[in-house]
Amino acid sequence: MLSGSLSVLLLRIVLGRLATMAITLFGVAVIVFVVIRVVPGNPVAMMLPPGATEADIARLNALYGLDKSIPEQFVIWLGGVVQGDFGTSISTRQPVLDLVLGRLPATLELSIFALVLAVIIGGVMALTGTRFRGTRTEGAVDVANGVGLSVPDFLWGLVFILLFGVLWPIFHISGRISPALDLPFVTQFYVFESIVRLRFDLWWDLLTHMFMPALALAIPLAAIISQLLKQSLKETMHLDYVVLARTKGYGENRVIVGEALRNAVLPTLTLIGVQFTFLIGGTVIIERLFSYEGLGNMAIDAVINRDLPLIQGIVIVFALIFTVVNLIVDMLYAVLNPRLRHA
Amino acid sequence: MSAFLEIEGLSAVLAGTGARLLRSVSLAVDTGEVRGLVGESGAGKSMIGKAVLGILPKAVRVAEGAIRLDGHDLLAMRPADRRRLIGSVAALIPQDPLTALNPSKRIGPQITDRLVDILGWGKADAQARALELLGEVHIEDPERVIGRYPHELSGGMRQRILIASAFAAEPRLIIADEPTTALDVTVQKQILKLIGEMQAHHGTALVFVTHDLGVVSKVCQSLSVLYAGKVVEDARVADFFAAPRHAYSRALLAATPKYTDPAASLQPVDPSVIEAVTAEVAVADREWIHGR
Repeated sequence: MLSGSLSVLLLRIVLGRLATMAITLFGVAVIVFVVIRVVPGNPVAMMLPPGATEADIARLNALYGLDKSIPEQFVIWLGGVVQGDFGTSISTRQPVLDLVLGRLPATLELSIFALVLAVIIGGVMALTGTRFRGTRTEGAVDVANGVGLSVPDFLWGLVFILLFGVLWPIFHISGRISPALDLPFVTQFYVFESIVRLRFDLWWDLLTHMFMPALALAIPLAAIISQLLKQSLKETMHLDYVVLARTKGYGENRVIVGEALRNAVLPTLTLIGVQFTFLIGGTVIIERLFSYEGLGNMAIDAVINRDLPLIQGIVIVFALIFTVVNLIVDMLYAVLNPRLRHA
Repeated sequence: MSAFLEIEGLSAVLAGTGARLLRSVSLAVDTGEVRGLVGESGAGKSMIGKAVLGILPKAVRVAEGAIRLDGHDLLAMRPADRRRLIGSVAALIPQDPLTALNPSKRIGPQITDRLVDILGWGKADAQARALELLGEVHIEDPERVIGRYPHELSGGMRQRILIASAFAAEPRLIIADEPTTALDVTVQKQILKLIGEMQAHHGTALVFVTHDLGVVSKVCQSLSVLYAGKVVEDARVADFFAAPRHAYSRALLAATPKYTDPAASLQPVDPSVIEAVTAEVAVADREWIHGR
């Protein structure tokens, strides 16, 4: 149903964003590059045994290029990045790009699953609260929103581990997939590939690993979605076109979903874009908590090891995800809001 | 034979305070009749239309009285049946065309949605009906307009579309709630003419809510004058303009600006008349409270 004018608009949004995306990524690169070099902690000192000589330190510094000035190091690194070379990890001695790309799919699957959960939970709560506004049900939704908003994701993670990993062990609390399984996968997108290969046994194992970390990440976002969507639905329900629809013979459910929802969802969509980037940020702690082998978990190891090239690579990838998410939100906005077309 | 719409002793109160917004309103509209509901802002004229169409605000409650639409007692019906009945025999022409169309839906479905969803028409029939109606309301190039979104059309065009939508299911009663108030003067005249034309063509009963007695004299056959939610006069239009019976009606008529001499004719309603009619309302309220 994409009309011609809509495709043109979407293309214009993408092209318009490319320049700002490049500038944003460059800015992020500069900041992270400088910051991790001026804060205390030296990767070389971490690698050498106690009692290493000054000459040993100087030799290793020269090996990793750390004896040059920061601007010089940056230019060398950026030259590599432009050619697709993000350098070599100091702690694992593997190419940074391979490491990051190996872990990125796990984090993407976790975040997207969490986002889907958040949208479903938040959407259902908002619609329920709107349908039964002014009753105790709406009060219950408000209370649930308050709790969801005030407890951070990692605390939910701890609670879930305690409840469903220890007291009632229903879910796996550690890792991405059971280690004993024989994996036929060729990509790192395990969930996606298990569906394509119709291996629902593996899919279920992945899901039972992913469910608790994803839910922990999803709850705060679900509460935000629920609160904002319910608020804008409530305002929309008083608008003239919604009242007019009631006179046409539509019942409450149809009026909410058919008339109000599409218009009320727009402000929420913008917020989901912003909050989704926070959710991805939250994966750093949550992946650690559930020993989930994703990018966030690797980021913590990289920081502990002062693995400068790896930190840089991970941060750049996170920044890239953030900018792409914002781009997608802008495009969705254009699809849902006809007033933005023909502009 | 009884009238198509009959309202009998309808009182509505504001929940919480118990203040009466409608005070034992009675009126009847025959098939094909055009009745004006006239009064100042806050007199309750829109409230009557909302009560008939089942869209009273949540804070307003019907305390007593009956509304009969096509012989059905609306207040005694199950809500789902009431909605269906209202959707199939009645319609609303709203006040503000800029806010009464859904901004994210195309024009075509907004005209015919009740035909498809409530009355079970097929898509193709509905489409043909939409084109026919757009022709009736004098919109050029209907094929192009049904695919447009509201923001692409002018206020006058949107009001024409809302009129088309109101007439879509051949309703037998239309409530026009100040349908020209939000439009500029030249467009007002065209829309007024169009509503009269559509009403005559379809033979629909029309309740015309307005504060403009000039409009009533042109469009309506009968009128009810409201003050503070109370019908103070119910008359044929010809009789009313020849000799209004109630003092408030006379004052209201005297306060209507005349194009021949606008400056001199712009008079507020005489305070002594307001005092008298307010006292009348207070007496009615005492009797009402006493009777309960």
